[in-house]
Amino acid sequence: MAGTDPEPPTDGPAAAAVVDAVVKRFGRDRFRLMDIVQAVQQRLGWLSDPTLSAIAASLGVPAVDVADMASFYAFLNRERKGRFHIRLSKSPVSLMQGAADVARAFAEAAGAAIGETSPDGDFTVEWTSDIGMADQEPSALINGAAFAALSPPAARAIVAALRRSAAANALPLFPGGDAQAAAAALAPLRSSLAQAGPILLQRGDGGEGLRAALRLAPAEIIAELTRSRLRGRGGAGFPTGLKWKLCRQSIGGGHPVVCNADEGEPGTFKDRVLLAETPDLVFDGMTIAGYALGARHGLLYLRGEYAHLWKSLHARLQDRRRLGLLGDKACGRAGFDFDIRIQLGAGAYICGEESALIESLEGKRGAPRDRPPFPTRRGYLRQPTVIDNVETFACVVRIMEHGAEEFARRGTRESTGTKLLSVSGDCPRPGVYEVDFGMTVNDLLDLVAAPEAAFVQVGGPSGQCVAPKDYGRRIAFEDLATAGAIMVFGPGRDVLEVARQFTEFFVDESCGWCTPCRVGTTLLRMNLEKILAGRGALADVAALEALGNTVARTSRCGLGQTAANPILSTLRNFPQAYEARLRPDPFLPRATLEEALAEAIEIRGRAPAAEEGA
Amino acid sequence: MSEERFTFTIDGVEIEAVAGQTIIQACDAAGVYIPRLCHHPDLEPAGHCRVCTCKIDGRRSSACAMPAAPGMSVESETAELNADRRTLIEMLFVEGNHFCPTCERSGDCELQALGYRLGLAAPTLPYLWQRRELDATHPDVAIDRNRCILCSRCIRASRMVDGKSVFGLERRGIGMRLNISAPTLGETALAAVDKAVHVCPVGCIVVKRSGFLTPPGRRRFDRAPIGAEIEARRHRAKESG
Repeated sequence: MAGTDPEPPTDGPAAAAVVDAVVKRFGRDRFRLMDIVQAVQQRLGWLSDPTLSAIAASLGVPAVDVADMASFYAFLNRERKGRFHIRLSKSPVSLMQGAADVARAFAEAAGAAIGETSPDGDFTVEWTSDIGMADQEPSALINGAAFAALSPPAARAIVAALRRSAAANALPLFPGGDAQAAAAALAPLRSSLAQAGPILLQRGDGGEGLRAALRLAPAEIIAELTRSRLRGRGGAGFPTGLKWKLCRQSIGGGHPVVCNADEGEPGTFKDRVLLAETPDLVFDGMTIAGYALGARHGLLYLRGEYAHLWKSLHARLQDRRRLGLLGDKACGRAGFDFDIRIQLGAGAYICGEESALIESLEGKRGAPRDRPPFPTRRGYLRQPTVIDNVETFACVVRIMEHGAEEFARRGTRESTGTKLLSVSGDCPRPGVYEVDFGMTVNDLLDLVAAPEAAFVQVGGPSGQCVAPKDYGRRIAFEDLATAGAIMVFGPGRDVLEVARQFTEFFVDESCGWCTPCRVGTTLLRMNLEKILAGRGALADVAALEALGNTVARTSRCGLGQTAANPILSTLRNFPQAYEARLRPDPFLPRATLEEALAEAIEIRGRAPAAEEGA
Repeated sequence: MSEERFTFTIDGVEIEAVAGQTIIQACDAAGVYIPRLCHHPDLEPAGHCRVCTCKIDGRRSSACAMPAAPGMSVESETAELNADRRTLIEMLFVEGNHFCPTCERSGDCELQALGYRLGLAAPTLPYLWQRRELDATHPDVAIDRNRCILCSRCIRASRMVDGKSVFGLERRGIGMRLNISAPTLGETALAAVDKAVHVCPVGCIVVKRSGFLTPPGRRRFDRAPIGAEIEARRHRAKESG
């Protein structure tokens, strides 16, 4: 295959021309580096050192800056990949639904070991962090197209179909035509909507919320939001009205509005559902924010894993421009010039953290910023910025439509309104559920027909592992705070193996900026693995807890501060699972003598002679 | 023009600060030492190492990046904070490949000196034994990434002071490394007199043929523990006051 097609240019004059054209297309703007490197990769397939140097030279920025950024994101290829890049979603849910078998089937059919590229250059098979399809695992992205509910036979059929394709070049970010066609034919997504609730997911949306908002003065919109007691749906729960008020009060140029669609928490997919099924609700919300804050620019930061939504979202924006809802005099308002741009991410969980997201928007590595200053004072391009979750913007529209009182009538005192929950795992009816805030875990398990659950992970890896004794607790900011990821684990599932997989997720996704998260996540995994390997003593559990607490206390951002939660919450709620694996010895080394000597034995070609009398 | 002056407290001691100062700057000036690694007085703060983490009005934050504010109450020398600092230093020891007895920076190394100051007796964490690259292609400077603690001092100095951007970060997580602007150090614009070369807190960036000009035993931290020069300011102020 590779022999018959011309090799895509990787350096030399052809690559230089590609780089130059792309850099020019983005106005030689270094803050558009995310788009620039993605567009170059789209053309060349990967980003070689000379290519990165050419980008740096063309932009007039230091070479180390471009290398820093390009080496950070999982979806930016620093080496040549196959024509078809298969990325399998790895999470406890995908693994318990057979992802390992699917991975083996892909690898065998493609002729590429997992993590590698086939010798014919056709396929690369890799694991990637949860791709936001936990309700239809095992799932995968192939050249950006989403494949759901995979099985080993489906994997083999997909590889066979793609092998016949004549596409010359891997298109690793935007879904390629052949991959998209194969997905539709062989592993299509089904709708994830399991239960539409009374507020967010009602039908018949006709922009009423936006029209109602435009009848109000900007300050009245913020007052209405404040009255609704709406709190951010991304998990942190900051009061939205206050956030908008603080941003509006901040002195500065643009007051951009950013929609955080970097839905990276494993087990979450409700933002994907909102963007796929009711994108206008989200864009209406952003437009209301633009109007309330006097913004000119709206930015939707779409996680790289959701590139398959890009085309339809882009088309919706075009429609809205045609309808006069975006652009100069947006919604027919003189002086309200507002437009929305989609920024595609490139595979980095950390970019869901708002200050890391801003860095990424500015074309840099997704490293969080020190706060203060908060984004409402100094955010995107140093302007006062509002960043809200996809679902939050949807809530804003409904509050405008129905009024704050109607919204606040639902939910609890501290958590008004409804919440979208992404339910996955051992349950017959996975999907997105809209429920009132304050629902108990018990009631939720009844709703999704999983009353037998042995434990429930609320809030994804960064959340809590909840034991049956706590199923009376409520999903709300004042009790179990969550962005809505609910992973159900049935009897027989190993709670510590799940904790290990979650800990590994943080190892993969740590940005590396600060010591406790960069090093601590790896150490936590090693120490937990020691116990899981049956080499743990009582002292190891105490050491594990102390290390987890240090990581939680000293990390720079929310990722590191919650990276020990899988371990700390299972230590708290499932101490017996740890105790069952401990050995009575006061101390056990990490490796056995045989393991420690294995390499030396191999080099020498013989085992050491046993001592006399030993 | 008079600057706005105010006071805050650290471990019960009242500190005078000027508007715009960070906590660590105000404390340094007043002679109160907060342990730190990635912070350097001549460079913008970066918040990598977290060693200067203090409790500020009950919330943990890094003293290098947090602006001082009137009436703040800062805790620094507590058993819990120092235990966390000790663990952070230990993490850096096991992350890299640090062999103090054979390192030319021994006695002049801030990582080692903080280990001593914080009472790090022997590592309890597992070594990672990661592969790290060396580069001795430059005529006057060598880098040994085995000793790199990813503090970014050289990156900041090269960019802001030297105006060269020779150094950068690459990759993420535990795979993060110090990167340079050319395939080898010898091909970069680095010069031995650059600020970037002289801010390295450990033995990662070293000037060739200078490692043993000061013999072991007579080096910076052989004479006095790290932080002593800052604490001396306060003692001097007390004596003169």
